[in-house]
Amino acid sequence: MMALGKLFRTTAFKLSLAYLLVFAIGAGLVIGRVAWNVKGLIDEQIGKTIEAEINGLSEQYNQGGIRRLVFVIEQRIRQPGASLYLVTSFAGQTITGNIADVQPGALDRPGLTETDYRRPGDSAAEHRALARIFVLPGGFRLLVGRDLGDRETLRNVMSRALFTSLAWLVLIGTLGGLFVARRVLHRVDAISESAGRIMKGDLTQRIPLTGSNDELDRLAVNLNAMLERIAELMAGLKEVSDNIAHDLKTPLTRLRNGAEQALRSAQSPDEYRAALEQMIDESDGLIRIFNALLMIARLEAGQSGADMAAFDLADVTRDVGELYEPLAEEQGVALSIETDTDLQMIGNRELIGQAAANLIDNALKYGLGEGSAPGAVRVAARRMGGRAEIIVSDRGPGILPADRGRVLDRFVRLEGARSRPGSGLGLSMALAIARLHGGDMRIEDNEPGLRVVLSLPLREARVAQTPDTFAPVIAPVPRVAS
Amino acid sequence: MQAMRILIIEDDPEAAAYLIKAFREAGHLADHAADGLEGYALARDGGYDALIVDRMLPKLDGLSLIGGLREQKIDTPVLILSALGQVDDRVKGLRAGGDDYLGKPYAFSELLARVEVLQRRKGGAASEPTLYRVGGLELDRLSHKLTRNGREILMQPREFRLLEYLMKHAGQVVTRTMLLENVWDYHFDPQTNVIDVHISRLRSKIDKGFHSPLLHTVRGAGYMIRDGAR
Repeated sequence: MMALGKLFRTTAFKLSLAYLLVFAIGAGLVIGRVAWNVKGLIDEQIGKTIEAEINGLSEQYNQGGIRRLVFVIEQRIRQPGASLYLVTSFAGQTITGNIADVQPGALDRPGLTETDYRRPGDSAAEHRALARIFVLPGGFRLLVGRDLGDRETLRNVMSRALFTSLAWLVLIGTLGGLFVARRVLHRVDAISESAGRIMKGDLTQRIPLTGSNDELDRLAVNLNAMLERIAELMAGLKEVSDNIAHDLKTPLTRLRNGAEQALRSAQSPDEYRAALEQMIDESDGLIRIFNALLMIARLEAGQSGADMAAFDLADVTRDVGELYEPLAEEQGVALSIETDTDLQMIGNRELIGQAAANLIDNALKYGLGEGSAPGAVRVAARRMGGRAEIIVSDRGPGILPADRGRVLDRFVRLEGARSRPGSGLGLSMALAIARLHGGDMRIEDNEPGLRVVLSLPLREARVAQTPDTFAPVIAPVPRVAS
Repeated sequence: MQAMRILIIEDDPEAAAYLIKAFREAGHLADHAADGLEGYALARDGGYDALIVDRMLPKLDGLSLIGGLREQKIDTPVLILSALGQVDDRVKGLRAGGDDYLGKPYAFSELLARVEVLQRRKGGAASEPTLYRVGGLELDRLSHKLTRNGREILMQPREFRLLEYLMKHAGQVVTRTMLLENVWDYHFDPQTNVIDVHISRLRSKIDKGFHSPLLHTVRGAGYMIRDGAR
């Protein structure tokens, strides 16, 4: 009973009922209309027949008087399928005819009329007739009519057909509705069940497909894709929290160990001082990591609220490049800066500067030549159609294609980089900044070395937007090939 | 460095006590207000050299407090302290009338250096000298010439601006982030010792071959240019 109630409540069933109602009304209208037309046709036919007979009979009367009329009528009555006839005198006495009695007063209304009548010898049953009363010269009244039994029979047949078909319609419609509802319900239940299992924590569950490529299948495909993405994000989140645990716990452990060590074994104020300075350094590193994490989170949420204004990307690239130039020189790295002119874009100059700094910082940290080979870092800002690209390339070991997607994730530091200073957040932050500006970041092979390309929309590409109303566009997140 | 009168408007008693102690040890006079309204009243009447204002305060928030003071034409330099250290919060703080902004947690040396520079700004913003002189080092802001003991030293434009900023605040500690902000106009935190390398380049230009160095590293804080013979 519960299951049936559930079926009745389904949208599919309600829709079926609605269709059923519409069809029933339609069927009623059609049959009713047909019946009405047929009745009209019959009445017309009868009217014409009566008219012709009356004409004929009044002709007879004109030729041979009442005697001839009576003779002719009595002849006609004897024929099978005869019409109804009644001739009365001026005073209303029946002279001849095959009708015993008509509705009182019917004879006083000349013209076409519908009336009840009784047959002679069967005074109990009333029959219905369509009749015409004609007043003959001399005060005689002539009634010619046809029994309407045929018409009544037809009406009965019609209405029976209507009700039978309606009954069938309701029966088949209800059963069909239940059948469709059951089918749909079955599919929806399957989807709900999968969703339930997923909600319980089994993210590997997927919604089964029937392969029919109907709307429910397409819905299921999309839901499955959504689940795929969620699973991916969850995995990413887990990796991030694992990495946070590692990258924050390591300096925290060092901090704590340093303090313990100093308490246990420091002898002189100088030793205490050294330990405290060490601890301040460690905590500064932690603060830096926290700040970077918060910043990435806010950038990715797209709600940094950062002030957007017009500025020249070439200037920023050159400024930041020059900022790092002495550092590169000290490390024996040749840092070259090439920029196209007038790369006007709308964005946050600080953030773009930060992104450029992160890329250069990265190149100087990890992009040095192998062994004694001198490093070379190239910083460039180029126009590429409607976009500008900041390109930072080095001649270092590069990144294997398999790892290129991964290094953009938070805290990911490839083997060999773990031993060097850095938080593993620089590239993630640059990517988040690029996306906040409607741009993207690519990691490519510099053959040899690494090339990171930050692609940003130029101002002319957004002519429609004035700087005042410009809102940062969060680009859809393209999957980085991994 | 002459002593400054500083008002600290901060609702966390521990943080306030730490700041008061640290400023007194640095040779300044420090008062404390524990909420926005008290801070506003003290700042309006107290004749302070600098205010240190936390952004989130009970009764009257930091930005409103600064706005109120500025409306009253009180232009005591204000440094905003905030746990919200992001780019946009900084811009909001400066727009509200703050003179500088420092995100928590901060190094006291950074705060001290910034506050001391604020006072200097208040004193001499109207009439900046065209010539800075420290020891035998002379920087002419108009002709963009630099000489030490009469001998000209050639400078890149950026080096010149770096030295100009240091000499403008001669005798005061200038931190790395202050240099990045004022010379390069960026407020992010460079992850490596980028600024240090610029300083050592500068140092090799102005101090190399001279007995008394002018450009000093202040351990754990930043840099300072001063006449070593003083």
